[in-house]
This record gives sequence, structure tokens and C-alpha cells, in this order.
Amino acid sequence: MKLDARIPEGPIQDKWTKHKFDINLINPANKRKYKIIVVGTGLAGASASATLSELGYQVETITFHDSSRRAHSIAAQGGINSAKNYPNDGDSVWRLFYDTVKGGDFRSREANVYRLAQVSVNIIDQATAQGVPFAREYGGNLANRSFGGAQVSRTFYARGQTGQQLLLGAYQALAKEVESGGVKLRTRKEMMDIIVVDGKARGVVTRDLVTGELETHLADSVVLATGGYGNVFYLSTNAQACNVTATYRAYKKGAFFANPCYTQIHPTCIPVSGEYQSKLTLMSESLRNDGRIWVPKAKGDKRKPSEIPENERDYYLERKYPSFGNLSPRDISSRSAKEACDDGRGVGATGYGVYLDFKDAIARLGKDTIAERYGNLFEMYERITGDNPYETPMMIYPASHYTMGGLWVDYNLMSTLEGLHVIGEANFSDHGANRLGASALMQGLADGYFVLPYTIGNYLAKAELKKIDADTPECKATVKEVEDKINKLINVNGTKTPSYFHRKLGKLMWDKVGMARNEAGLKYALEEIPKIREEFWKDVKIVGTGAEYNISLEKASRVADFLEFAEIMAYDALDRDESAGAHFREEHQTPDGEAKRNDDDYRYVAAWEYKGVGQRPELHKEQLEFENVKLAVRSYK
Amino acid sequence: MNLKLHIWRQKNNKTNGAFEQYAVSDISEDMSFLEMLDVLNEDLIVEGKDPVAFDHDCREGICGSCSMTINGNPHGPEKATTACQLHMRKFKDGQEIYIEPFRNNSFPVIRDLVVDRSALDRIIQSGGYISIKTGSAPDANDIPVPKSKADVAMDAAACIGCGACVAACPNGAAMLFTSAKLKHLNVLPQGQAEKKKRTIAMVEQMDKEGFGSCTNHYECEAACPKSISVEFISEMNFEYAKARATAYRD
Repeated sequence: MKLDARIPEGPIQDKWTKHKFDINLINPANKRKYKIIVVGTGLAGASASATLSELGYQVETITFHDSSRRAHSIAAQGGINSAKNYPNDGDSVWRLFYDTVKGGDFRSREANVYRLAQVSVNIIDQATAQGVPFAREYGGNLANRSFGGAQVSRTFYARGQTGQQLLLGAYQALAKEVESGGVKLRTRKEMMDIIVVDGKARGVVTRDLVTGELETHLADSVVLATGGYGNVFYLSTNAQACNVTATYRAYKKGAFFANPCYTQIHPTCIPVSGEYQSKLTLMSESLRNDGRIWVPKAKGDKRKPSEIPENERDYYLERKYPSFGNLSPRDISSRSAKEACDDGRGVGATGYGVYLDFKDAIARLGKDTIAERYGNLFEMYERITGDNPYETPMMIYPASHYTMGGLWVDYNLMSTLEGLHVIGEANFSDHGANRLGASALMQGLADGYFVLPYTIGNYLAKAELKKIDADTPECKATVKEVEDKINKLINVNGTKTPSYFHRKLGKLMWDKVGMARNEAGLKYALEEIPKIREEFWKDVKIVGTGAEYNISLEKASRVADFLEFAEIMAYDALDRDESAGAHFREEHQTPDGEAKRNDDDYRYVAAWEYKGVGQRPELHKEQLEFENVKLAVRSYK
Repeated sequence: MNLKLHIWRQKNNKTNGAFEQYAVSDISEDMSFLEMLDVLNEDLIVEGKDPVAFDHDCREGICGSCSMTINGNPHGPEKATTACQLHMRKFKDGQEIYIEPFRNNSFPVIRDLVVDRSALDRIIQSGGYISIKTGSAPDANDIPVPKSKADVAMDAAACIGCGACVAACPNGAAMLFTSAKLKHLNVLPQGQAEKKKRTIAMVEQMDKEGFGSCTNHYECEAACPKSISVEFISEMNFEYAKARATAYRD
């Protein structure tokens, strides 16, 4: 199968406008005849559901949460980028486009990124009109701050709760459509599989998390907005329930998985404290605006930070990257922290931590200003660690945070499984090999508010869809498959908890397919993952039945998919014999330890096709063309 | 540290529940409260016993999923802290801890500590939004918002929808929750067009869900993990009366 990204012809700045003109429209009276299922109620899912319903489609929106306000978009702290250029510092759609392509280390699709930059300005208008309480200047206009990977201030924010406020904006827009009857909202239902009829995605099978009932939901098109797979590492900044199941099961039904090895490690998280740890807490990257990162110059220096004099500190980001300093992109900052710790200069009880110090900023701006900017983050830090960051530097360490990889989609956000659209973090499309800070919120909302609602009409207008119901053989077969899998899990009746296997897999993935990778380690992971999977299917223990609220079953079902998915990640990381963005192959680095790309051989999107559990998936390549941004060594020096 | 836990166990909303006792040992003070429950659950699963069901997700105090009452306090003893952000260093070795679901007639128990809080969503659906269709917004800076108003809107919008205010209220009122959303939207220039309609609809939906009324105990503010102010409640009452009294004009 040849991948066709369906990128419109013409100059990049006209592609989206022209495409919107060229695609098929459905007249308003006919839209109500089409039904669309949206899975997930994060920024992408909620904004898409609300907008599709406003347009007149029948929408059925499914979430496994108890409420559509809980999705993990809510935890994004720092902000959302937009090329508004309100600060008059030279920003433009073109610059945001350029920064995003460069930040992604030249592994994203130019046309998608340009469109993202274009609609970024509409998002801020939309959110503001919804009442999202963005930070304001005294004159009443919106305030901006700067973020990693950019030399302009283009980030809009609502204290340290930007994700929460944008999600509540989308949640409220969705609530409006639920009230109007346009959206049927189903809560506490987990998508277990996709129903495919005549090669087209026509519905999903869900498990009701309260009663255990398996239900069939049918539609003319299915949209997955189910987030990323960062929890493959067990410890990550993701919420506990974040998982790969929806996208992985779509992959097994024919959607290609693109660039799974591009996983972002966030540089500013609270370090691990013990074995029982269930998650890592992120401290917003915006802290790097005013905090200075350092480690002691001497190895094994166990003095308190206040006892280490200025000339014995290594502000390593400022030293290595003088022009971006503490605001260097995430991958660079993360790896530099790892290097310092691997070199024996890490701080804290485990030696896996670096300081993020606000002393100078407090002296320069005063405690009140710092409190206004970061007050809630400082409180959160103190609550978790017991340390007060106004008085002693924070300790931070990188953690898995975001996954740039995801289901492959074309320019219309449709996967290789016809009729299946994928939006937000769940798709692969805009961030290349590395996502810049404050760009996840932007992409989720761009897809949901401004891209998918247009492009899905193009599919629906042309699709030939036969009438189906729950008794259609394909529907019954899918329900049966799900049922069998649940029974199989319960019948293992082993001795170890689902979390035991998740933790074991996570540790392997972090060590071998984590921040830095090499051929031997990846091959080792490919040998070990099937062993853990085999052990899981022999020895996992689930308590209770499938016909009740069952937390061990939910967890086991998600872990089972991670145990298969982890292999594609390792295959992808092994295939990509170069370093690019967040994918760092130790074999490919410059003498000073920077990622070294190989544009001649690896300037492609790797899209993997399912070939059976434990089988090597088949690689398909989408060549990336850079006509507007010149391929260059990404330098932040 | 070692602790004695009394946890509310209830199979579903058709059966009665009761407290059961559990002992946990070697609990580190750096654990979060939910990590302590994870440790218990891991042991229970291995023993073939039903693990304790509780709602939780982000574990960083923002998603509003966690909903347990710890020793009589929704989210536990620490001020302005969700259960997931509560750490064991706040407890003493040998302490007895009672853990139960958020209690309210409008929050039926689903299982153990998990309750159904969809009544709060229905309050939002009744009018807790600004009706602006995607694509129809003016330029963001066309609507200047005084910083003081933006700040108070943010104070109110910080609500995470956990329902601790309801669980804490002796009357089972959802007025802190409802008034916070009303304040967030009603204070902004963007929210003016629908102000009266919104106020009436949300207050009436709140009553319809069976929540009680405020009699100034202020337990809600004390329990709120985001310290939302009870001042919003008096303002809601005032705005509701005003909207009702002048509704004939619209």
C-alpha cells in the first residue's frame, strides 16, 4: 500500500484555503443524516464533538471518565502558542511554522504544520470568546510569555492552569451541545475495539465500566481523540488511566502506527522518590523562564545547595547553549540533565536530579511577582516534596511526558483505515520528532475546532456506506472478539497483579527505549518484551468477573495492549538509525553530544502495519519534502 | 509507618455497604495517600480479594476525579489539597484512618469509594457556558477585560468539579460549585448576554438535582482543594433574585 498524504497542491500559504474550497461540502440540511462517533473528551475530542454538533451532525461522544471534564489535557500547565504577535516582537504564522518544523527536527509534514500555525490565531479568539480567563495586562489585553524553542513571546496562559481552562472551555462548549441534543454523551464507557465493515470504520464496541456490559455503537465515521501512549514507561507525567488501547486496537484493524519511537521526555519533573511511585509530576516548563538550572561542578558534591558557592556551580544549559540557555528545547534540556547525572554530578537522594533555582529571579523581580507567575506550581512542589522552592532550589529530572508518534493520518486527519479519523495527541502529524512547549494544546484544539470539522465532511460526502445494525456479522464478530479477550484475561488466574507487569515493562522501556537508545539495547528490548508478555498471559491475576465494576480487569486489559505495542516502539527506534529530536541514538551524535540526523536516509515518516502479535510489523515510508524550510542542523547555541 | 484503615466497601448501588478493616505496613512518608491505597490494592489482588475501587486519574490535583472522605474531611486533613496530593507525612505511625465515599443523596455510590457525580455535569449543561459557535469569535483583543476581572474569573474558574464542597456541606448543597461557575462567566464581558438566563437555569437545575441550600456553615470553602471563596454564593443568591425579579423585561 502506498501512503498518500493528500497534501494539496500550491504554495504553502494557500494550501489550506484552497483545500477548504476544493473539498466536498455537505449541505446543512443533510448533515443531520450523518452520525459521527468521537472517542475521548480531551481538548481534541471535546472541541471536535462540540463543533461537529454545531455544524448539524449527530454526534455520539464516548469517554471512560465519569465526566467529560477529566481528560488529561486538564493537567497542561504552561500555555498555548499562537502567532498573534500581540507583543509586536516579530512573530508571524511563518515564524511559528518555522519554529515548529525546526523544533520537530525536520521530521514533520510541512503542510500540516503550516496549517496549524494558521489556525493557531483562531483558537485564541475562540477560547477568549468562550470565557477562558487568560492572563491579562492592566490595559485589558491578553498577556504573553515566552517558552522553550522560541525567541518571541507567543504563549498565552491562564496562571499555571492553561490546560484546565482550555479544557473547561471545550467541555462547556460540549455541555452546550449536550443540552441542545446534538451530542449524546456516554460516560464511564471504554472503547475496546473498532468495528470495520467493508474496510471502513463504522463503529466501536465499548465496555460499560460500571456494569461490564459490552455495547455496540455505530456511525458513519469514527474519530479517535484518545491521547498518547506515554504510560508505556509506567512512570510518566500522564494520568493513571492514559493508555494505548484505542489507538492500538485501531492499528490491529488496519490503521498504521506512525513514528512510535518519538516520545518526549519532559525536562522539568519532580524526581522519583521510591518503588511505590505511581506517577511523576511535571513542573511546567514555563518555570525555565525565570529559574536557572545547575548542578555542582564537582562530582559527588553532597553539600546543601546554599553551601555551594557560585563559582562551583555549573549552569550547564547557559554554558552550552548561550543564546537559548535555560529555554533550550525539551529534548536538549532533558539529555543534558541525564548527562550531568550520568557524570555523577546529579543531586538529591538518588543522584538523579538537577537544581532549578529561583534565587536570582526572586532577587530581581521580588517574591510577589514570582508568586504570581508560579505560585500554584511552588505550592504543588512543596506539597509533594516537603521543600519550599522560595527558599531552596527545586530538584527536577526528566520524565516521559508526551508522545509525538501516533496513528498515521493524511492531511484530512484520516488514518489508513478508511473512515477512521484521528486527532490530537493520538495522531502523529504535527510535531515531528519533538514537540515544542505550549504546542500540544494548540494542536489538540486546532484539530478539533478548525481542521477535522471541515475535512470529515469531505469523507462523508463521498463515502458509500451501507446500512448496518448491531446484528451485522462484523458487529457481532467484534463484540465476540472483545468478549473472548476479556474472558481469556480473567481465566489466566495467575499470581501477579496487572501493575506488576506494567512496572516491569516500563522499567525495560525506560532503560532501553527511553531518553537515549542504542542498537544493542533495542535488540535486547525486542527479546525481553515478548518474555514479559508471555509471563503476563500465564500469570496475571484479576479479581472478580467481567460483569461488574472491575479495576483489576480494566488495568490488565490496558497493560495487555502496552505489552504488544511496546514492540513496535522498539522496532521503530531500531529502524531509525539516526538521531532526530527526542529520538536519540547514541551511535549518532556530534562530538559535543548533539543529535545527528541523517536526512538522506531517514527523512521519512515510518508508518507500521500490523502483521500479527509478536511478528515484525511492515514498514511503510512517507517521504518528507521540505520546500519552505531549509534542512539545517538544529542549533540552539 | 503502620496504619489501621477502615474503608467503606460496597459492591454496587443495590447493596448496602459497611466499613471493613485493613492493616497496612511499611508505608513511606513520601507516598501519596492514593499510593498507600495502591499498595493495599496490590496486596488484596494477590490474595484474591476485591481491590478497593476509587476514582482517581491525574494524581496532580487538577482532574477532580478523586472523591474520598478521610477521617471525616473530604480529601483529608490538609487544607487546599486533593486526596491524590495528600502525602503520608501528614499522618502518624499507628494512626487509624476512616476512608469513605463523598456522601450526598445526589451522589449515589457506584462501588466502594466511587460515586456518581453526573449531577454536577447536568448543572453545567443547563447553562454553564457562553454560547459562541466555533469560528464566530471576534479577535481576542477586541474584548478588553480589566485585569482585576480576569483575575477573579480565574479564581472562580479554578474549580476542579470534584464535589468536595457538596460532601462537606451539612445540607448537601452544591452552591459553591454552581456559584463558582456563575461567577467565572458572569463577571466577564463575554458572559453578559446570557447572564440572567444562565443564573436562573443553573440555580434551578441545582435544586432539581436535589442538592440542599446554603445556611452559611462555610464547610465547603474549608474543604475546597482550590480554596474557592464562599463570597460567590452570596453573590449568586443576589444575582438569582435580581434575575428572577427582572426576568419580565427580557
